[in-house]
Amino acid sequence: MTALLTFQDVAKSFTLHLRGGVVLPVVDGVSLSVAAGECVVLGGPSGAGKSSLLKMAYGNYRCDAGAILVRDGDAAVDMVRADPRVVLSLRTRVIAYVSQFLRVIPRVSAFDVVEAAGREGGLDAATARARGKDLLARLNLPERLWSLPPATFSGGEQQRVNIARGLIADRPLLLLDEPTASLDARNRAVVAELVREKLAAGAGVLGIFHDSEMRDAVATRVVDVTRFAQARAA
Amino acid sequence: MSATGIPERVGHLPPRKGEEGSSEAGYNFAYLDEGTKRMIRRAILKAIAVPGYQVPFASREMPMPYGWGTGGVQVTAAILGRADVLKVIDQGADDTTNAVSIRRFFARTSGVATTTRTTEATIIQTRHRIPETPLSEGQTLVYQVPIPEPLRFLEPRETETRQLHALAEYGAMHVKLYEDISRHGHIATTYAYPVEVAGRYVMDPSPTPKFDNPKMDDCPALQLFGAGRERRIYAVPPYTRVRSLDFEDHPFRVQEFTAPCALCGARGHYLDEVVTDDSGGRMYVCSDTDICETRVAEATR
Amino acid sequence: MSAPLLSAHGLSKAYGNRLACAGIDLDVTEGEVLAIVGESGSGKSTLLSLLAGELAPDSGHVRYRMRDGQTQDLADLGPAELRRLMRTDWGFVRQDARQGLRMAVSAGGNVGERLMGMGERHYGRIRGQALDWLGRVEIEAGRVDDPPSQFSGGMRQRLQIARNLVTGPRLVLMDEPTSGLDVSVQARLLDLIRRLSAELGLAVIIVTHDLAVARLLSHRIAVMRAGRVIETGLTDQVLDDPEHAYTQLLVSSVLAA
Repeated sequence: MTALLTFQDVAKSFTLHLRGGVVLPVVDGVSLSVAAGECVVLGGPSGAGKSSLLKMAYGNYRCDAGAILVRDGDAAVDMVRADPRVVLSLRTRVIAYVSQFLRVIPRVSAFDVVEAAGREGGLDAATARARGKDLLARLNLPERLWSLPPATFSGGEQQRVNIARGLIADRPLLLLDEPTASLDARNRAVVAELVREKLAAGAGVLGIFHDSEMRDAVATRVVDVTRFAQARAA
Repeated sequence: MSATGIPERVGHLPPRKGEEGSSEAGYNFAYLDEGTKRMIRRAILKAIAVPGYQVPFASREMPMPYGWGTGGVQVTAAILGRADVLKVIDQGADDTTNAVSIRRFFARTSGVATTTRTTEATIIQTRHRIPETPLSEGQTLVYQVPIPEPLRFLEPRETETRQLHALAEYGAMHVKLYEDISRHGHIATTYAYPVEVAGRYVMDPSPTPKFDNPKMDDCPALQLFGAGRERRIYAVPPYTRVRSLDFEDHPFRVQEFTAPCALCGARGHYLDEVVTDDSGGRMYVCSDTDICETRVAEATR
Repeated sequence: MSAPLLSAHGLSKAYGNRLACAGIDLDVTEGEVLAIVGESGSGKSTLLSLLAGELAPDSGHVRYRMRDGQTQDLADLGPAELRRLMRTDWGFVRQDARQGLRMAVSAGGNVGERLMGMGERHYGRIRGQALDWLGRVEIEAGRVDDPPSQFSGGMRQRLQIARNLVTGPRLVLMDEPTSGLDVSVQARLLDLIRRLSAELGLAVIIVTHDLAVARLLSHRIAVMRAGRVIETGLTDQVLDDPEHAYTQLLVSSVLAA
């Protein structure tokens, strides 16, 4: 069975033109894969390039070399070379990305943010509504907040809206970048449960969890990113 | 015009009663020189060939201010012949200052016969009205036009209005009617009501009341329009379809007058409100003085 | 993937010695929002005028897939056909509402004009559609007979959108639609544009100097400098991992784009 996500010898560095073209190496020679039902957790100190790997898998960052294959039905799409429209299509159907930060259009209510994400992900309106309610309730977001725009919410509340938004649709590949960073133990447990449900349904997860409790609750495998660190002189 | 280039003597026709003076020495027949008349006639021919289309012409300075009918006067001067009989009306009346002045102008510069009777006239120059008496073949109605461009209120740029006419983009024309209905509940435009001529050009019928619009349709007479300040001539040839713009659910309708004319008792004529005294007394009478006087005379006979 | 709705190839335009646009290639398809960003003078407004057929390019072509499925070079259309296309299948939301609206005509008349231009001659239907569209752009029905001269800047822009969308266009061009508006008014307008373009599956080409606007609205982005597209791609990729030195400068020059 082919993996949902495969990194093949991926390299990434940043060229800072505003700093006289200095090259900032990030990772080199990354090869890893995520199969269905698997939760691969990226380990290593901050700055090791964990978030960059997730962003490359999502097409948010470019790559210097290698390929990142995402399974789309029977086909495999290389995110590094895919046309932007193909990447966008994969994002609506195949890849979910949950970061630490909620980035939404101002003025839209929390519930609408979640529901719209469901419909964009292919759910019909009724299902999107039902799942949105279910998710926000499970994540203990007080119902009085549902109709308010999340800009005024606390960090933890915003993060739960973000998780609901990322998990509402049935996308088979989940990229989770510290989704529980500012959650309390009770809500972390809810997220762990949601992730396990996704895994049981055949999804694959590539994630970053600094919290060891959370990591232990969901990880099927940990990959230490420091082994991909480029030589400083590169 | 004589071969010597010296203006012909005019005024060999006898002056009619009430019009003093026969012709002015030193002026060409009907004031304009023959070259100018030819230029205007060419514009008129083109206007007749393309009904409703505004033809530019080199409008001349006339011995009267703009707004007094300089466009109509030039058209009349260009088509006037010695055998013509001229009638001039303003708001339907033969006896208002403007009508009298223009009639006197042509009587003095051309010596042609003038009349107040619609049926006797071969050329009728008008401001604001079409006579109630149906016009017939061989007659020409000359309108004095202040603003010839029906799209002007929407589009101040001449280059753009020309483009709109050229491409028959007249959707914007209905915006004006839409605005009327939204504001007044009905199309409140009562004069200068836009018409479509021969299924092609949209035309401003000059400030005639929309009451007269139906008279323009399939009219046996030739209708010519002259705008002096704006330098445009346009025309509706005899028996041409002239359709007033409207909406399916707000069809074109003319004004209706509840009372008959207070003088001649006519119904179905366009009536003017006349204030009769200082205490607010008023009555409604035919704006067309000729038909009104004729009817009164027939009744008292 | 379907053929693009609009595609431009090698579009160039010079004003004297100055190249306003040089060899621009781009395309956009239904349901897609393309942002063209750059500083003033970068040529982005000229590019929009070239795409809209308001300016003739010195070289290059703009092709458009018509409603009958045939792709046409805009240069091959007659002026009548081009104008008909513009007022039925295309929309153009201007930076200055006074250029995009008839300021002395009521809101309802502004929205209804394109319908009347397409031959609609039923007042009740025109007014019904105008009211429907005013509602969709969040203008109260009670303002239908007020002229835009009495509207705020945000309302004017929303009215422009209604006026353009009433004929169900497939392509909408927008030239800095949010500039000059208060931040809160801007947010409301952005939300509206995003919602309508997604709901109606519009192709949108939006010119903006505001990277935050581009990020919120667009799927793809083209960065222009001195008449050239120097970087293009997924909006979030170009803004988060800019490759070109100039794009890096642009991105680093704004607060939290």
